Amino acid sequence: MNTTRSPDAPPVTDSGQYVLRLYVVGNSGRSIHAIANIKTICELYLKEHYQLEVIDLYLQPERARGDQIVAIPTLVKVLPLPSRRIIGDLADTKQICLSLDISEQVRADIDMHR
Amino acid sequence: MSNVPHVRDGLSKAPSGIEGLDDITGGGLPRGRSTLLCGGTGTGKTLMAMEFLVHGAVLYGEPGVFITFEESEQDLRDNIASFGFDLDGLIGQHQLMIDCVLLEPIAVSGTYDLDGLFVRLEQAIKQVDAKRVVLDSVDMLFSTLPNRLLVREELRRLLRWLKLRGLTVIITAESDNGNLTRDSVEEYVSDCVIALENRVTRQASVRLLRIVKYRGSAHGGNEYPFLIGEKGISVLPVTSLSLDLVVSQERVSTGIPRLDTMLDGKGYYRGSSIMVSGPAGSGKSSVAAKFAQATCNRGERCLYFLLEESRDQVVRNMRSIGIDLQPFVDCGLLRFMMTRPTLYGLEAHLARFHQAINEFKPSAVVFDPITILHVIEDRQANQSMLMRLVNYLRLQQITAHFVTLTAQGAILSPSEVGISSLIDSWIQLRDVESNGERNRVLLILKSRGMPHSRQLREFVMSSHGIDLVDIYTGSAGVLTGSARILQEMQEASDVRAIRNEIERRTIELASKRQLKDTRIAAIEAEFAASQAVEERLVELNKQRELYEVRASQKMFQSRQSDLDVAPDAPGNNKDKKDNEALP
Repeated sequence: MNTTRSPDAPPVTDSGQYVLRLYVVGNSGRSIHAIANIKTICELYLKEHYQLEVIDLYLQPERARGDQIVAIPTLVKVLPLPSRRIIGDLADTKQICLSLDISEQVRADIDMHR
Repeated sequence: MSNVPHVRDGLSKAPSGIEGLDDITGGGLPRGRSTLLCGGTGTGKTLMAMEFLVHGAVLYGEPGVFITFEESEQDLRDNIASFGFDLDGLIGQHQLMIDCVLLEPIAVSGTYDLDGLFVRLEQAIKQVDAKRVVLDSVDMLFSTLPNRLLVREELRRLLRWLKLRGLTVIITAESDNGNLTRDSVEEYVSDCVIALENRVTRQASVRLLRIVKYRGSAHGGNEYPFLIGEKGISVLPVTSLSLDLVVSQERVSTGIPRLDTMLDGKGYYRGSSIMVSGPAGSGKSSVAAKFAQATCNRGERCLYFLLEESRDQVVRNMRSIGIDLQPFVDCGLLRFMMTRPTLYGLEAHLARFHQAINEFKPSAVVFDPITILHVIEDRQANQSMLMRLVNYLRLQQITAHFVTLTAQGAILSPSEVGISSLIDSWIQLRDVESNGERNRVLLILKSRGMPHSRQLREFVMSSHGIDLVDIYTGSAGVLTGSARILQEMQEASDVRAIRNEIERRTIELASKRQLKDTRIAAIEAEFAASQAVEERLVELNKQRELYEVRASQKMFQSRQSDLDVAPDAPGNNKDKKDNEALP
């Protein structure tokens, strides 16, 4: 990990910390759903171990190029590596967890605890 | 193509600026609508789309946005830069915007739309105030994003959105297994569909363009060959060959004095197309070399395309028949360009020809031999390309000298017949075999716009150069070569014999005349001699007669004869005596 950050470099976190970006456009139902869904997942399984940035491309259209956004909504997992992207309104929690490498065991423990 | 009207048949058109394409589309692509450009891999879709934007920005003041789903921006820039388009300059002047949309394999959860793409497109359009947009190629959207139906709907929405903004759009898509596009894009991009194809015939490829559909506009429906040259795409709309050319009255020498004489004493017309055809080894190349030499001798530039031999070979071989081309090469009047026929397809050849001609600006060109291209190409495509080439040269007032090889024995090959209508002067070299030797004869098959000789000439090459000799046509038939020489010798000796005979008879006559004269003189002398003697005798006789008469008169008087008349002469010669005696 670099100590000096270039603008393109992924944000520095402690190991195990999640950096997520969710791209939406405006206040469509799909966007609102996606935001709600990812927030729920993060709060449930990644509590205090994540940074989530929601980017509205209506307000920041120039950011679409940087992360190569085509489909909306797109969730980009910047860290931990490898980076990964998921499109859609993020309705399927199980699948999102899989894509975010939240292990089955961790999830089961937390669910049981709850 | 600036003379092509941009509005025709009521539909506003955005000129592509691509040579030939605006001719067959009647002015360009439908303005404010979308055009689908489809074709297999490597058919030139990306280049054609990019040219549409570049020409739009440079020639028609219409900035453009290029969205690529396939290549990185740098790759695209590099690929296009090789055609001499200044993309960096255009991007710097905000005339062009390239956005590379990288599509990675994506996990999907729930429904989505392509608003991200809309946002990016809108940004790019705003940034350069774009009038033209290219999406290259939409297949990537289908292949990386899940749910084809959704992608299709979104694409349809995108095109509607672009149309609302009055943008002229090209989208590209891959053809697949005989279908125009893999994902049936043509079903909803319905204004104009152009298909590109790279067809391989006899191991050589020819590029073809076809306008599958053009709603609301007349268009050429044929397949048109097109070239991807070093300066980009040019489509060859053969049917729009312009025939209203300015033609020159000026004549240029063929380099062979006797051939000039055969062509009305002046040679070819400047800017005309000449074909020299003949079987192998008939001397076609040397006729072409002579022409090149004559061109350079006038101080004009000549471009010499070699498709079989190397420059050094030609220079050496021509030197052996007294044609020295090296000085012209050295002073820059003569340029050779060597091309391996099998190295490129015909289209690339022709593009190279065009480019070389544009660069060197010759007043004459030689193609030796043009036939070689027939071997590697579909004949029809070849023919149409040649037509285009001939037309181009004529427009530039460049005298073109084509060398064509014909099969041994064949007078015309089918391909020759095909292009012969474009050729102004057609010189044929033929082999004549007789008496165990082969000779060459030359014939002017046609030469438009001039009275020309219809006679065969024997074509003689030696270290002194080329000469055309009258062939023997006489009682013994048509003779060439040593048979002709023999016949000429025979005739010469016949003439000599006759001449000798005349001389002999003349001498004989003279001597006879002399003999006659001598004899006459002798007779006259003899006559003169005897005449004197006779006359003397006559004289003497007369005197004697007189004496006799007088004597008898005297006797008469003395006898006192009683007769009145004294007898003149004795005997019975009374009458004769009267005549002679009377005074």
